Amino acid sequence: MNDTGSTSMVRARALRKEYGKEASLIRAVDDVDLDVARGETLAVMGPSGCGKSTLLHLLGGLDRASAGEIWLAGQRIDQMSERGLAALRRDSVGFVFQAFHLMDELTATENVELPLLLAGRSARVARRRATDLLEQVGLADRSRHLPSQLSGGQRQRVAIARALANEPLVVLADEPTGNLDSEATLEVLRLLDSLHQAGQTVVIVTHDSRIAATADRLISMRDGTFVDDTRLTGGTTGSLSALAGLEG
Amino acid sequence: MRSKLLLVGRLVTRDIRRRPAQAALLLLAIAAASATLTMSLVVHGVTSNPYAQTSAATRGPDIIAQLGGGPTFNNGSGTHSGTPPGGPASALTSGPHGPGPAATSKQVAAQASALIHARGVTAHSGPFLVAGALLRVRNLAVGVQLQGRGQAPAAVDQPKLTAGSWVRPGGVVLERSFASALGVGVGDRITLNGKPYTVAGTAVTAASTPYPNLCFTGGCQGALPPYNGIIEGHGNGLGWVTQPDARVLAAADGAPPSYVLNLKLADPASANAFATAYDHAHQGIGSASLMSWQTVAAGDALLVIDEQQVLSVGAWLLGLLAVASVAVLVGGRMAQRTRQVGLLKAVGATPALVSAVLLAENLALAVAAAAAGLVAGTLAAPLITSPGAGLIGTAGGPSLTLPVAAEVAGLALAVALVATLVPAIRAARTSTIGALADAARSPHRGTGLIRISARLPVPLLLGLRLVARRPRRAVLGAASVAVTVMGIVAVLAFHYMGDQQRFGNAAGLGDPVISRDEQMLLVITIALVALAALNAIFTAWATVLDARHATALTRALGASPRQVSAGLAAAQVVPALPGVIIGIPLGIGLFLAANGDPMASAPPAGWIAVAALGTLVVVAGLTTIPARLGVRKSPSEALGQEA
Repeated sequence: MNDTGSTSMVRARALRKEYGKEASLIRAVDDVDLDVARGETLAVMGPSGCGKSTLLHLLGGLDRASAGEIWLAGQRIDQMSERGLAALRRDSVGFVFQAFHLMDELTATENVELPLLLAGRSARVARRRATDLLEQVGLADRSRHLPSQLSGGQRQRVAIARALANEPLVVLADEPTGNLDSEATLEVLRLLDSLHQAGQTVVIVTHDSRIAATADRLISMRDGTFVDDTRLTGGTTGSLSALAGLEG
Repeated sequence: MRSKLLLVGRLVTRDIRRRPAQAALLLLAIAAASATLTMSLVVHGVTSNPYAQTSAATRGPDIIAQLGGGPTFNNGSGTHSGTPPGGPASALTSGPHGPGPAATSKQVAAQASALIHARGVTAHSGPFLVAGALLRVRNLAVGVQLQGRGQAPAAVDQPKLTAGSWVRPGGVVLERSFASALGVGVGDRITLNGKPYTVAGTAVTAASTPYPNLCFTGGCQGALPPYNGIIEGHGNGLGWVTQPDARVLAAADGAPPSYVLNLKLADPASANAFATAYDHAHQGIGSASLMSWQTVAAGDALLVIDEQQVLSVGAWLLGLLAVASVAVLVGGRMAQRTRQVGLLKAVGATPALVSAVLLAENLALAVAAAAAGLVAGTLAAPLITSPGAGLIGTAGGPSLTLPVAAEVAGLALAVALVATLVPAIRAARTSTIGALADAARSPHRGTGLIRISARLPVPLLLGLRLVARRPRRAVLGAASVAVTVMGIVAVLAFHYMGDQQRFGNAAGLGDPVISRDEQMLLVITIALVALAALNAIFTAWATVLDARHATALTRALGASPRQVSAGLAAAQVVPALPGVIIGIPLGIGLFLAANGDPMASAPPAGWIAVAALGTLVVVAGLTTIPARLGVRKSPSEALGQEA
């Protein structure tokens, strides 16, 4: 089903995710409506367990909703088969995880190549694209390093390169700086900012208000629902250098 | 020390209780190998019972002498001469004294008299005329040696009837295993040299090794050239007819008459010495040929000796497979016990104690498996020591001795130790913090395989990379398949040889020894296949558990569940391929070694190709189940658990 009239890149209606039954029923996401415009950077904040990561997983087709509708670039995805969702994650969504989730046995280049190979690109094309992306994230000299030989910030930059491999419609970042020190956080923020400047649609789940301040819009979540939806000016017009405490 | 033992004991029992299925599978794998080895060891010497019982029931001779021309046997020299049943002498091989001039009837009488009156001889029967004949029934044609007997019971070697009645005019009594191979019974019609006869009865004797080893050494083995368009196999049958019938058949044969004389000695144990002394004293052409009862008893034991060899090989194969099974199981369990290792080390356990805890559980299970295998093997041994149709009585209870128990327990402990030692030491050396965090063991990086896989379709790409992550597991999987294919190919080769050695056409005469070997090998192969199937499932499941994070991440990056499950299955099939390729020549080698005949032909390539492809299909099928179970969880859930 297509919704070609909509300008939203991501759209959700009455989205719900429940765990357990009856007395032990938990609504991780509770009747949420959401629209993310093309090129918009949306930050989702809230305390631990409020459902923000679950929301991100639902939007990216990593998990299935209990109820509601999700649209990505005008295409309804909540009713897709597992195969359809796999293709969606491969071609249209790029994930960045807090724990990086890199393959330990693969080098930085090989990690970035993985989604390209999954998408059926030739080994040569995949290698060229991975090399370009690693150069973009400033890791050309670390391309042959294994994840265990990289710092946290470098690992997350590899993960961002991987997320961009198939030129996704939307990048979904789940606490991308949660495991990083200040310097590494700044490196990652610079990258996300460059994505923002390039018109990439990004949804970032974060605890960190300083990161949220770089977004176009901030949604606050509590107990599975949106409690606040604020349009920010800092995201579209501000500069990362203005972020207190992140630059020396 | 006592408190440490208590701690180890407590941890072992708790862990076994927590994971009873895994413990049971480990027990099963080692017990199968132990039981096979037990059977192989306890059947030693059990054949003496049936021979002794048959000898007692038939007044068995201590010396069997063959006099005159015609079919002769040799006392252990491995040669034989005989007249072809109803045909030219060239169709059978030559004996030690043949094909020279036959002894005259005067010489035969003199030889018989000399033997009957020789020192130490206490009783005799015969000489009985022996006629060679061509027996035909249905579309079978086979040579048979027929002794002419009277109605009165003989003082020595009176065959014991097992069915029907004793010889009568036109009625032949056939040795029981020969009748069984022919598929004839009392009342059936046969022809001897073209003359119709009725099977009057079947009987057993201690004066000759049963079919197909009547000419039990050398000369009668192996297929003979086509004779009158009929392909003869190895071994002639034995039968008894009336003396007039024997005379008619011998006259039709046209060969010089031959006779059998049975002797009883005052000291049966000296039979071999008696025969040897006679041979040395009578080297001339036309001398009698003597065979001792010990030679006959050794021929009787061939059936069980062959089985014992097959079982011995089977025990080794099952032992090897058990090592692979246990190694895979132990590897999986070690991964699950990482946290326990961390806790033990955190509270002060030394690496040695940690290793002891990890080793003790599998060694305890190995001891239990050895006990189960000893009991099962001892109970099952009588089933395979049936003396066959050529003898009467039972083999008696195979005895379980202390050395046998020690050997079986040694095998079980060795299997457990070989499979457990490396993982136990590795776990004990893990850093305490790393183990407490339950960090999975870092995967191996197979650079070459990762590079090659980038050029392959997605399922093969994933499969090859999973193989590269855990090469040791892949080697174990390949070894398991190789051992199984080795067993399957050996069975096929035996089966093919059995088919080749039948008389006449496909409905031909079977060889009881080969049939029993085939049956034994089939049972062992079924056990091998069952263990290998369990192995394939264990390995696939261990791969699924170990690769949870990698597969969840791959799915998050866009691989479909089908691609991932196909990749997990490919990770089992990829190592199975070299396993199959290695297993084929090993199986042929095993067959040639067990058969002892370098000229034996391997089964047709088509059979081997079907077995090889079938193995790969079965491996793929078996691993599909755990592979599918492995992708049931959503990537979000799986990544969440791993984070």
